Amino acid sequence: MNAVPPAIELRDLRKSFGRTDIIRGASLSVAQGERVAIIGPNGAGKSTLFNLISGRLAPTSGEVLLHGQRIDGKPPYEINRMGLARSFQITNIFPKLSVFENLRCGVLWSLGYRYSFLRFLSRLHDANARAEQLLGMIGLKSKRDVLAVNLTYAEQRALEIGVTIAGGADVILLDEPTSGMSRSETRHFISLIREVTVGKTLLTVEHDMGVVFGLADKIAVVVYGEVIAFDTPEAVRANRRVQEAYLGSAVADSQAEEGGH
Amino acid sequence: MHAPSTHYRFQPLNIGRFVLWSLFALALAVAPLLFTSSLALTMLSQIGYLIIICLSYNILLGQGGMLSFGHAVYTGLGSFIAVHAMNMAARQGGLQVPLVLIPAVGGLAGLVFAAVLGFVTTRKSGTTFAMITLGIGELVASMALMFPEFFGGEGGITSDRVYGAKFLGLDFGPQIQVYYLIAVYCFVCTGLMFAFTGTPLGRMLNAVRDNPERVEFIGYNTQRVRYFSFIIAGFFAGVGGGLAAINFEIVTAADSVSVLRSGGYLLFTFLGGATFFFGPMIGAVLLVFASVLLSELTKAWLLYLGLAFLVMVMYAPGGIASLVMMNLRVLRFGRFKPLLPGYAALLVGALVALAGAAAVIEMLYHVQLNAALGPELPFLGLTLHVDRAMSWVGAVLVLAVGLALLEAARRRFMLRWSAAQEAIEHQLRMKESA
Repeated sequence: MNAVPPAIELRDLRKSFGRTDIIRGASLSVAQGERVAIIGPNGAGKSTLFNLISGRLAPTSGEVLLHGQRIDGKPPYEINRMGLARSFQITNIFPKLSVFENLRCGVLWSLGYRYSFLRFLSRLHDANARAEQLLGMIGLKSKRDVLAVNLTYAEQRALEIGVTIAGGADVILLDEPTSGMSRSETRHFISLIREVTVGKTLLTVEHDMGVVFGLADKIAVVVYGEVIAFDTPEAVRANRRVQEAYLGSAVADSQAEEGGH
Repeated sequence: MHAPSTHYRFQPLNIGRFVLWSLFALALAVAPLLFTSSLALTMLSQIGYLIIICLSYNILLGQGGMLSFGHAVYTGLGSFIAVHAMNMAARQGGLQVPLVLIPAVGGLAGLVFAAVLGFVTTRKSGTTFAMITLGIGELVASMALMFPEFFGGEGGITSDRVYGAKFLGLDFGPQIQVYYLIAVYCFVCTGLMFAFTGTPLGRMLNAVRDNPERVEFIGYNTQRVRYFSFIIAGFFAGVGGGLAAINFEIVTAADSVSVLRSGGYLLFTFLGGATFFFGPMIGAVLLVFASVLLSELTKAWLLYLGLAFLVMVMYAPGGIASLVMMNLRVLRFGRFKPLLPGYAALLVGALVALAGAAAVIEMLYHVQLNAALGPELPFLGLTLHVDRAMSWVGAVLVLAVGLALLEAARRRFMLRWSAAQEAIEHQLRMKESA
């Protein structure tokens, strides 16, 4: 056993909706500071996996551990307080609040302001300074007082990342952070993600293989609700089973399923 | 739009805000000196505590996105506890709460009831929340019949606000003294509720309104945010209820905890404008004018109210406050003048349509309710005959012409309005790129 528990550990995780099994015994162990990309065909259960880890869904069975502590079945806000934050595939911010307010909302709990109604936000120097700092990190300084709903798509995606990292969580889950972006936007965005997640454990769902191989230390391949491979990018690329599964054709998928190799 | 700055702006003294609050205090102070009739004083007193109530309701509706159909539960129960506290203080050996603190007693009652009932309602949001508040509203209203000792049955609970030692030489017998008590509470509570909007809980309440799911992933329990805010709203609702009890010296269940009353708070908060802090204050003023003056003017006042509500929901969902703010923006950019003819045309169309509609409505009411008084009905200096076709045809014609004028004016106006908005956007972009 390692002295330091893994940042994220999944043990035989299962999730069914009615009689449909979406996650079918997924196991994974992500060490602290590792950058892991989760790839897999559409409908493989990548987003469901994120929802199980972040508490949006409760697993049918199995365990999720954050720094060695069980978090499965806990509500999202408790998991967040324990140091895990996530972003969403579809932009998920506070549209009628300004960019600055969005970021400050993300900061408040971690600085211990809880449900306070006896202090003024304008006097919370640490929260304001942190929100300003985040504003610079995500490159939206000039949009400080613009309502989030009025931002461009790429700016909203950046704000989404900003709100996600605002609370200082050390495990970050990003669900398709570059989806819907142009090539150049994506390249810029990847360097942004690199910068803001330095020293943190990062899990990301990503379709763009260029992004995956550029960003990740390790790749987890999810097919039909199972983690069929978890290794360095080079090893995963060479993995025959992965190659077949990732062709996306039904034949290859079913062959991989039968485990004939 | 603010200039981008690297540091957050700390405003030790916001001049504009200081001026606004001073004007508000001044208005509260001099209003009874300008309007001296006893009717005016009655209305001003009601406006004072209704401002508190509508603002407290807007913590739920505007700031938290919680559509409550049961706000009268907290104002009403605040009123009842307040009136009982007054009676207890007047008795020998009872707990002696001075009258100036009675509204606070009402507030505490509102807080406690909100803490108990809100624990159930705020577990849910959206439609479910609305349904539960409606259910609890009906529940409390029907309990009023089950506990006549507390609610006083149909006659209600009466009280006398003149008791105990004088406060700064005031015994609060005369209405003017009661008005100033209400005014002080109104100012303080408005200030406190405004302050609430700038606290962590107040901001997270906005976040919960906009996107409850995301809030859960930045460490906040949305149920708690709603629950704590609900309790705060309950407190201020109770203060308003306590002031109402002092003002009328009588509290009846049929009036003060009824679902109809809850509906009134909702309607006028919405009419005033839920998206701006000061909107509900406009709503409170309208509520008093409607229930005191409009109800004197015509028996069909609720119908007119319904029409007004309908028109507002369809054409100005942000309420009067948003209309004011939009026009102030146009004014600030110097684009208001070209709109004036449009406004005049709208006004003419609206007045003609209203005259026609009012004639039809009044004739219908006359036929149904006042037929015994004969077929003649005075209306705006004319005499309408409900038994002659001419009157009906004339009224409908006026209504039709009015609606046609209004629609034509509205189309023209919308063109000019969007032209003004585009010009403003252009001006802003120029400024940004400069």
